[in-house]
Amino acid sequence: MAYPYVSDREVRVLSRYFGDPMARRVDTYVERGGYQAAKKAFEMGPDAVIEEVKSSGLRGRGGAGFPTGVKWSFMPKEPTRPHYLLCNADESEPGTFKDRELIRWDPHQLIEGVLIGAFAIRAKQAYIYCRGEFFETTQVLARALEDAYAKGYVGKNIQGSGVDIDITVHLGGGAYICGEETALMNSLEGRRGTPRVKPPFPAAVGAFGMPTTINNVETLAAVPHIVNNGGAWYRQWGTEKSSGTKLFCVSGHVNKPGNYELPLGFPLMDLINDVCGGVRDGNKLKAVIPGGSSVPILTAAECDCALSYEGVQEAGSMLGCASVIVMDETADIVKQVRRMVQFYAHESCGQCTPCREGTAWMTRILRRIEDGRGAEEDLDTLVEMSRQMTGTTICVLSDSAGAPVVSSINKFKDEYLALIRRGERVGVA
Amino acid sequence: MADTPATVTLTIDGREVTVPKGTTLLKAATEAGKDVPHYCYHDGLSSPAQCRLCLVEVEGAPKPMPSCVTQAMDGQVVRTESELALDMRKGVLEFYLVNHPLDCPICDMSGECNLQNYVHEEGREHGRSREPKRVFGRDDFGGDVLYYGDRCVMCTRCVRFMSEVEQDHRLTVVERGSRSVIDTFFEEGLEGTHWHGNVVDICPVGALVSKDFLYKARAWDLTHTPGVCPNCSQGCNIDLHVRDNLVQRLKPRENLEVNAFWMCDYGRGNYEWINRGDRLEAPLVREGGSTRAMGWKDALSRLLAGVEGASGKGIRAVASPFSSNEDLAALRALVDEFGGGEIVYRSARAEDEIVLKGFPTLARRRDLAPNGKGADLLGMKRVGGDDATGGLEGVAGHGGIVIVLGDALADQGADFGSAAALYVYLGGHGGPATANAHFVLPTATFAETEGTFTNFEGRVQRFAPALDAPGASRPAWLVLNALVAERTQGEVPRTAAAAFAVAGTKAGPFAGMRYDEIGPRGAVVNETVSLSGD
Ligand SMILES: Cc1cc2nc3c(=O)[nH]c(=O)nc-3n(C[C@H](O)[C@H](O)[C@H](O)COP(=O)(O)O)c2cc1C
Ligand code: SF4
Ligand code: SF4
Ligand code: SF4
Repeated sequence: MAYPYVSDREVRVLSRYFGDPMARRVDTYVERGGYQAAKKAFEMGPDAVIEEVKSSGLRGRGGAGFPTGVKWSFMPKEPTRPHYLLCNADESEPGTFKDRELIRWDPHQLIEGVLIGAFAIRAKQAYIYCRGEFFETTQVLARALEDAYAKGYVGKNIQGSGVDIDITVHLGGGAYICGEETALMNSLEGRRGTPRVKPPFPAAVGAFGMPTTINNVETLAAVPHIVNNGGAWYRQWGTEKSSGTKLFCVSGHVNKPGNYELPLGFPLMDLINDVCGGVRDGNKLKAVIPGGSSVPILTAAECDCALSYEGVQEAGSMLGCASVIVMDETADIVKQVRRMVQFYAHESCGQCTPCREGTAWMTRILRRIEDGRGAEEDLDTLVEMSRQMTGTTICVLSDSAGAPVVSSINKFKDEYLALIRRGERVGVA
Repeated sequence: MADTPATVTLTIDGREVTVPKGTTLLKAATEAGKDVPHYCYHDGLSSPAQCRLCLVEVEGAPKPMPSCVTQAMDGQVVRTESELALDMRKGVLEFYLVNHPLDCPICDMSGECNLQNYVHEEGREHGRSREPKRVFGRDDFGGDVLYYGDRCVMCTRCVRFMSEVEQDHRLTVVERGSRSVIDTFFEEGLEGTHWHGNVVDICPVGALVSKDFLYKARAWDLTHTPGVCPNCSQGCNIDLHVRDNLVQRLKPRENLEVNAFWMCDYGRGNYEWINRGDRLEAPLVREGGSTRAMGWKDALSRLLAGVEGASGKGIRAVASPFSSNEDLAALRALVDEFGGGEIVYRSARAEDEIVLKGFPTLARRRDLAPNGKGADLLGMKRVGGDDATGGLEGVAGHGGIVIVLGDALADQGADFGSAAALYVYLGGHGGPATANAHFVLPTATFAETEGTFTNFEGRVQRFAPALDAPGASRPAWLVLNALVAERTQGEVPRTAAAAFAVAGTKAGPFAGMRYDEIGPRGAVVNETVSLSGD
């Protein structure tokens, strides 16, 4: 089976059944050993599960890379009020397309991960918040959940264990900002999807005002494997600080774009040249955005790095959610940056002045530069604005919009100047 | 057990301040004498910390902190004017101007706008935006409110007022990002709500404006005089905004004990009557068949003689709950001096109270006059219907002295007072029912004098004169007390404070209160006190 593309350098743990249409059936999942991890977890007890996940070194796959076991341990140990687990399936970061695949090919893997996560944080109710545009994905998930309920894998007294956990699938309205954890909570509650001021943090005051933990789809999908095989097993892949495997969403100018599950620490150049079959048309590599549109851009020279949280940071960017956007020599950096900033301007929730006004203004300045009507002072203005938009707002969407602008002006200034001084576009794509 | 300290001490811009635990940096800075610019924060609303204008530098914090929600901590070192704080605020202010139309010359808010103020104080001298601005145009929100979306700084104060204070969700933010705009829910709008005028007050810019006030006056041409709303017995603290000796609008003035920051739409909109023309301007004295205008001195000496002459046949009086405590006390003193007849007053009652849900001690009361309570405390009796008519049969046909103070007698016929031996009318306006009056004496309205009202709960509150009284009109208390003084050979009270003291001699609850000790929050009477000898 060749799920769009596969590579023999992959370690397919979470993505093992990508491309297998039978995998989404509950019977198939159970035949292949499914729902045993949940049963095991219920026997271990919440604290032991948290310890196991801590020992695995699993870090959040939603972008920030916060250690999952540690996050779970922030929840009160003796609940006096309902606890909630939220699974973040809002996946909207440009360049990211892994959560959708995890759900549509192997929904029970996620459901089992959600069960274990909810159990660990002592929640009886979990919500899976799906991106508004994920119609098919959400249908697959809802169907799988129905089957799991019917077979007693979810709901009351799961598998005779005495554990009750309900899971609800919620389809969002289609806004990138609803992937931010507190905006997601507002949206789930039926309010406008606007991020909340922190503190208070979700573990104290989260969804419906109750202690809440929120995790990404990929994070939770990894949990059943860790519970089944142990934290040490998971650590056989990756580095000390970045353990395990990770789905890399590769898009852009490579011959074989797609989802590839690789051990963390995998060399970026190998990913491009080997796993993805190289840059398209034999072109030269120009730049890579290694972690989704919110992270600084890397020049070709900077791409000689390892794809771990620490490795990408050393190279001057961030791993984010490991969405690798590859640009070859034909890429028009100014246009690409403008498109990203335009996305943020479109998706800004609009609460914070620097973000609301800054993202829109940046877009207009970049558009003007693209049209050959820019001035060199515009670059200073853009850099100054980015500074004033970074660290000054309620959530980091504002910072995200500034990052590609500043890094591209620093690294590809000649492309901006060619447009400003001579009206010449350096690239076409 | 040692008490846990309830205060924290921190340093703000080099000054040490001690504030109660839980105080925000914004409030602590005010203590230290620094006003940190802010838009979304308002004392009467929740704090969404979204305008990002109140960012300050806190030593040790990785980012600038929003001072409106960050709590002061012991030993904290805060800088409101450091390079970082100023740079961030300059950034925010420039961001505002990217889309703000800067149509100050035609904006109603100009002159009292915080965007103007802050940009002048801390902004860049020249904006750098060369891009076209977003255009929304004007929207009628219903009620008294117009919305100029282009000017909106998206602070959401208006939305929060409606949802948190009035608790009637009529406004919301629609769309997102720089396309965000405030809107009503379909056609419903603000029509039919009772407190929506406050959204115009709290809008920090000229995005929400009052239809009633639009283009009437420039902010800098208005004088502001502290007063008390005369439109119900709640006694909301207000400012009267005056130009050309006409009240142009009423605005609420903060008093956490009475109205917090708010006032109702009924009270706010009901001010035209204060400006009513066709005033009585000179004392009119009827002698023989004709009426003559004359000076106060002559009129008063004739009046005194008249009163003395008619005093054997009893005295009855009509008062008005729109009169101040001082006027009412002087009337009480005069009536007592001439044998102590009954004083009645008429007062309109609304069907319902209109409670402000988010601040439920504030309501537009049923009693639609400011000083019914003062009249009650001075032993006056309410008569007539809920529309403030009728009930004067006993007075209209009385054969002794009849004194009318402040009630315009609009429902009374031209035969009113025809039986009286002496009929004295004190008021601002004449009418058919004053035809038989022997004396028509022009008096100043509450807006033209200094004095006090007593609100429904017995809170005595001071107001100041906002308008010049027309012609020769005078405060009623001056006229009435002068008559009493003539008779008793006592001293004429010449100040409002002295006139207020008369109330203390006439009703126990006012005894022991001193005019100058009534602070900005007012002072509540003690209703259990009675005068010795009662
Ligand atoms: C603007 C913005 C958008 C985000 N979108 C997503 C998203 O679509 N999916 C996601 O898992 N996390 C998203 N995040 C991160 C979440 O806030 C949160 O950190 C994450 O869901 C935590 O899960 P993890 O600990 O498993 O990574 C976003 C954050 C921001 C600031
Ligand atoms: S930074 Fe932008 S997206 Fe985030 S809360 Fe503020 S306005 Fe909304
Ligand atoms: S209309 Fe005024 S109060 Fe309402 S959000 Fe805009 S600026 Fe703020
Ligand atoms: S509640 Fe009464 S006192 Fe207050 S503004 Fe309204 S009418 Fe005036």
